[in-house]
Amino acid sequence: MGETAATADPRYAGVREQPPAGTTGPWAWAKTNLFGSWWSTAVTLVLGYLLLRFAVEFVSWALLHAIWSVPYDAQGRPDNTACHNAKGIGACWAVISDKYRLILFGRYPYAEQWRPAVCVVLFVGLYVVSAMRRFWRKELALVWVVTLVLIGVLMWGGILGLSYVPEDDWGGLPITLILATFGLAFAFPLAILVALGRRSTRLPAVKLLCVLYVELIRGVPLVALLFMASVMFPLFMPEGVNINKLLRAQIAIILFAGAYLAEVVRGGLQALPRGQAEAADALGLSYWKKTGFIILPQALRLVIPPLVNTFIGFFKDTSLVLIIGTFDLLYMGKIALSDPPWQAFSTEVYLMLAVIYIAFCFAMSVYSRGLERELARAHRR
Amino acid sequence: MSQAVSEHIVAHLADTSAPPIIAMEKVNKWFGSLHVLRDVSLAVAEKERVVVCGPSGSGKSTMIRCINRLESHQEGRIVVDGTELTDDLRSLDTIRREVGMVFQSFNLFPHLTILENCTLAPIWVRKMPKADAEEVAMNFLSRVRIPEQAKKYPGQLSGGQQQRVAIARALCMRPKIMLFDEPTSALDPEMIKEVLDVMIELAESGMTMVCVTHEMGFARQVADRVVFMDRGEIVESGAPERMFSDPQTDRLKLFLSQILRGH
Repeated sequence: MGETAATADPRYAGVREQPPAGTTGPWAWAKTNLFGSWWSTAVTLVLGYLLLRFAVEFVSWALLHAIWSVPYDAQGRPDNTACHNAKGIGACWAVISDKYRLILFGRYPYAEQWRPAVCVVLFVGLYVVSAMRRFWRKELALVWVVTLVLIGVLMWGGILGLSYVPEDDWGGLPITLILATFGLAFAFPLAILVALGRRSTRLPAVKLLCVLYVELIRGVPLVALLFMASVMFPLFMPEGVNINKLLRAQIAIILFAGAYLAEVVRGGLQALPRGQAEAADALGLSYWKKTGFIILPQALRLVIPPLVNTFIGFFKDTSLVLIIGTFDLLYMGKIALSDPPWQAFSTEVYLMLAVIYIAFCFAMSVYSRGLERELARAHRR
Repeated sequence: MSQAVSEHIVAHLADTSAPPIIAMEKVNKWFGSLHVLRDVSLAVAEKERVVVCGPSGSGKSTMIRCINRLESHQEGRIVVDGTELTDDLRSLDTIRREVGMVFQSFNLFPHLTILENCTLAPIWVRKMPKADAEEVAMNFLSRVRIPEQAKKYPGQLSGGQQQRVAIARALCMRPKIMLFDEPTSALDPEMIKEVLDVMIELAESGMTMVCVTHEMGFARQVADRVVFMDRGEIVESGAPERMFSDPQTDRLKLFLSQILRGH
């Protein structure tokens, strides 16, 4: 019986189709949630006042009284008198307009900085394409390989008429994106293998290896691991063999992220009812088919929230490479601030860095929530 | 008493002329120090329908899970369709391809549609072309009377429908033997019949079946033989009419009186 039939049915006559007036809508919501009792009314008013005051102050500082640019003298040195006069009243965004290219691209040759800029766009494009479920097929792996090779060509150069730029001169946002992208792209498959290995009952040696890996790496701070990679590791290498610093930091990050992600994945594997594996076994599916078709799709879906939590954590943890002198985004911000005219204006620079980090992390967070919703709708468990 | 019982099993083995498709000989199994299967010997002939019953914890589920090696036994021999069950993975694959299983809790794959549930193993284990696998699957889904649900996900189906899908999924692999592990125990009463009807049809088609169940009506209607287990051993076995009307052992008498009171 359709809905129209139900309304036409005389038995339903007089049944209201709408909830009583005043129980839905924004006004009713505010009434129950913000002004439900005298206590909650008081809290609402106090917090509302504080929020409003903060917003007014911030707009006045960041927009109304801000200094957007400063004059330069004959030697090209900025004259920051206006900024100093406005200190405490208005923001000095001139530091950003003077330094943004140094912060974003580091010491990459100024004239060639379009290359890292294109790389950032490529990275973002890669994330967007990978995020869409309709592109989740085998060709996506090819897209990744092509894009990453392209990024390598652009960054290093040396062919196609591009001048060669050694990685010691790279810096800023591309470094952060390289460390995060390669880090998670390698750490995630590694983590899945380690999680599976740790649950293996048939291969005790593999299991022991996986447990040792997770426990040892997890027991050491990332900072210590990065130091080991940059200082101790070369000592053990034969004379003349020199793996570059960026790669060593990258490997340290992969190993570290892998250990954490492995535990997240293992949580998902454990949460899955045993009957799923048994049903797959009973159908004669081999271990890898069972794992690939039945276990992982369900286990990974269960752990999307902690997985993305770890991803976001590691995106920000890449900034720790500054302690071994790799010029990531955060470190470039510090270097920009070491220029005497701008030393007093760290707030503005750190705000800009925060906005960039938040943009990436918030995008991950929003995406993961959307993905959870979408998968839940598809499966309707 | 136990002397008489083992004679009974041997006698039964003797009157099947063809070699049994399932042969368990003196199978023993322990969970830790708990002895869950004690010298279990059972031979099932091709096309035979065996119902296994017994109180909970009697080892009946463990026994049928040993037949496709979801559990491994520690002593004795199990030979299924001419292949002995060992740790060798290849023999395991061979056997699991020939033995279908239906679980108490359905264990459908919730992230796959009904049709995908049914075609996954034929495509990836039997290497069947996708179109053929789908045709076979639709055929079996019609036989369990739910072809119209093929595009839905398991979570959208009732328990009885899910269990019928689980039966169809196992049948899509064209097994020689079907194992049922309490297939109706997790169902609401009004859904038990629809599942039993499908099982009865399957039995009439000549499938070799080993079925752990408390549905005595089903046992009476389709079973060639009822096996009664208690505390890890086979206590008594025989034709259903004889077992229910003339139990030889006190343990079976007690069990029957308990389930009859329950009904």
